[in-house]
Amino acid sequence: MQDTLRKLRSITNDATLSPAQKARYLSLEAENMLGYPALDAETQKALDERVICDMFEGHAPYKPRYVLPDYSVLMRNGSEYLELPLPVTLDEAINTLMIAYHHVPSVTGMPVYIGQLDELLLPFCDGVCDETLYEKIRLFWRYLDRTLPDAFMHANIGPTDNRVARAILRVDAELKQIAPNLTLLYDPEISGDEILVIAGKNIAECCKPHIANHVVHADAFDARGYGIVSCYNVLPVAGGASTLTRVNLKEVANRSGSEREFFEDTLPYFLELNFRLTEARIDYLFDGSGFFDSFLVKEGWIEKERFTAMFGVFAMAEAVNVLQDKERRDGRYGFDEEANALGHRISETLAKAVRKRRLDKVWRGHALLHSQAGLSDDVDATPGVRIPYGTEPDPVTHVQALAPHHQYYDAGISEILTVDESVTNNPEALVQLCKGAFASGFREFTVNVASNDLVRVTGYMVRLSDIRKFNDRQGSRTNTTVLGAEAADMTGILDRKPRVVGNELSPGYGQ
Amino acid sequence: MNSPRATVSKVLAYSIVDGPGNRFVIFLQGCNFNCTACHNPHTIGECNHCGECVPACHADALSLVDGRIVFDPLTCDLCDDCLEACPIDANPMVREYRVSDILELIREHLPFLSGVTVSGGEPTRQIGFIIALFEAIKSDAELAGLDCLIDSNGHLGAAGWESLLPVTDGVMIDIKSFDDDVHRNLTGKGHQKSLQSARFLHEAGKLYELRFLLVPGVTDSDEELDGLINFVRTLGGDVRVKLNAFQHHGVRPKALEWEKMPKAGVERAAARLREAGISHVVTPAVYL
Repeated sequence: MQDTLRKLRSITNDATLSPAQKARYLSLEAENMLGYPALDAETQKALDERVICDMFEGHAPYKPRYVLPDYSVLMRNGSEYLELPLPVTLDEAINTLMIAYHHVPSVTGMPVYIGQLDELLLPFCDGVCDETLYEKIRLFWRYLDRTLPDAFMHANIGPTDNRVARAILRVDAELKQIAPNLTLLYDPEISGDEILVIAGKNIAECCKPHIANHVVHADAFDARGYGIVSCYNVLPVAGGASTLTRVNLKEVANRSGSEREFFEDTLPYFLELNFRLTEARIDYLFDGSGFFDSFLVKEGWIEKERFTAMFGVFAMAEAVNVLQDKERRDGRYGFDEEANALGHRISETLAKAVRKRRLDKVWRGHALLHSQAGLSDDVDATPGVRIPYGTEPDPVTHVQALAPHHQYYDAGISEILTVDESVTNNPEALVQLCKGAFASGFREFTVNVASNDLVRVTGYMVRLSDIRKFNDRQGSRTNTTVLGAEAADMTGILDRKPRVVGNELSPGYGQ
Repeated sequence: MNSPRATVSKVLAYSIVDGPGNRFVIFLQGCNFNCTACHNPHTIGECNHCGECVPACHADALSLVDGRIVFDPLTCDLCDDCLEACPIDANPMVREYRVSDILELIREHLPFLSGVTVSGGEPTRQIGFIIALFEAIKSDAELAGLDCLIDSNGHLGAAGWESLLPVTDGVMIDIKSFDDDVHRNLTGKGHQKSLQSARFLHEAGKLYELRFLLVPGVTDSDEELDGLINFVRTLGGDVRVKLNAFQHHGVRPKALEWEKMPKAGVERAAARLREAGISHVVTPAVYL
């Protein structure tokens, strides 16, 4: 108790945190003073040893990790609970969304999904000229960054090429804000080349948007649709993910005597324990928390049945290299065909296992596999199935080495391709790389251009200048800078060639 | 079919600096200039099988067999020590490629490619290979969408360009100096042929880009820039001018005596060109 009180005190007295940031850390500490949902001894042991991991989501899951409201319901019906009438003008539509966001919970306390913005706003744009539209989007964007300063917050546009999407791209390149994060859904049949070229120029300018392979995602989800949220998580709209748990493949490999033992024995064992961890957390959310009595459900923004469970894996690179060592093979992950093929086989095995294991209170009755991008305290464990920082080959080789994984990761997988800043003179190259990546089976295309002040830390953006400021103890307005600075110090992520990071969430104060 | 071969220093399936989009680049070995400022001098010479590189290779990828250098690409770990050891700026790691070999590599990377660029060295020295390669690309249904560019010093006569034009989408011509004496000092050759090439290609609508390397105190004078401006004016129409900045990376010791070209100097030169009415000026995105 003494330690806990000391920690609470250090939060309240930390001059680098804003009052809101302090409040959030205090609430996390309070939640974690409660007992954990009941786990069997084996699952508990695996969790304690961090072979499996709950992303430090907290001891009492009283809200889903990710909530993706179907905002079109709100635009169609207004909200009785929030006393919002039907929006009629563009101003009213934007204002309605601005209010709604503050009532959408997530693991970070801020909304991770702010909607398919072009689809939501286009019906209100008749009679609004391009300049007026641009001006309104510019103010909307400024509002989002200043009041919801979390780069996990994610806007989607596309796959159609339309005025709102273009206005958003124009504003985003101009303001170069951390928030919101932005994904363009791309379908060669629907989107056309023009908007992809604009996106390429934006990437060269500010490393956003990232581009989602709409053809593949649409096929993996249903007619109600999907959204890209947080960092490259692909989830059902009008639902989300109750929880994200993950397996550290490196730790599983370390506990295996041979490749054969890994596949036949160790991996199935820890996958099962991670399923049990998932079940315990979901049971609490559904049966203990009362979350689904919320107005969000009553008014139809979300449906209880549309929440999946994200089954994450990470440290594939280390796992493969450990198994290669155990089998006395030299080839390294990312560079050697045999090592790469072993990685692909692991992904295939994971996908089959996840689809087979029945889970109650989960969309479609099974979890969705996710290549998890890391936490700021992951050390010597490369995010998801990525190639370790600083050793990545050129982007084409990079894509070709990892493309076969992508078919297995319905809930999202990301590689961050690093391209040097010469590309600012040649954004067509980014367009071509994107097309090549999608033709090879990539689900997502994400690029970091070296030298940009804005840089992706696993999927959210940070400003390098903010990280430097934070390290100088000046504090930061944006929540993700804290995570970025932590990740940068702990994992050497900025050593990446040129630099990029893997971490999804800072689990608590001082962690 | 008789498939011409080329002596190739290197092939890349990923280049964002050799033309628009992502390009497959073939660096052909050998050059008819010997530029002091060359940033990959090991592409200039042609191997005379002297064998001095063999002991420099710690990976044992090089050997002398029947008086000829034999290179094993599978053993090589790309340390480039052999390039240092070579007394004539050649490259013992060159490989012979047939057109069909290159086509196969292009096909492997096709979804990622906007086009193909031949560079060097001076690629037009292996003109027969270029024509055969580009013809093969243009006549292949799968590959015909790739545009075919040449990166050249322009030291090729009109007859040569005539034969290349039908299969080439564009040429980047590098003019080292607009002063013939300076050009001779820098390259070992005069600049007339290069200027003629640029003119010829521009008239044919195939001058993709005119390049000029700025070296402080050597080619960044007002006279040089005015020479460039006047030349572009005589060409007429829209010409894309790319200003490159001299860097130390990769150059031979003699060139290290020159200063690196700073960004401010490049921007100053670009401003002078723009003021003179040249609207399409490209400057480096990166300064090493």
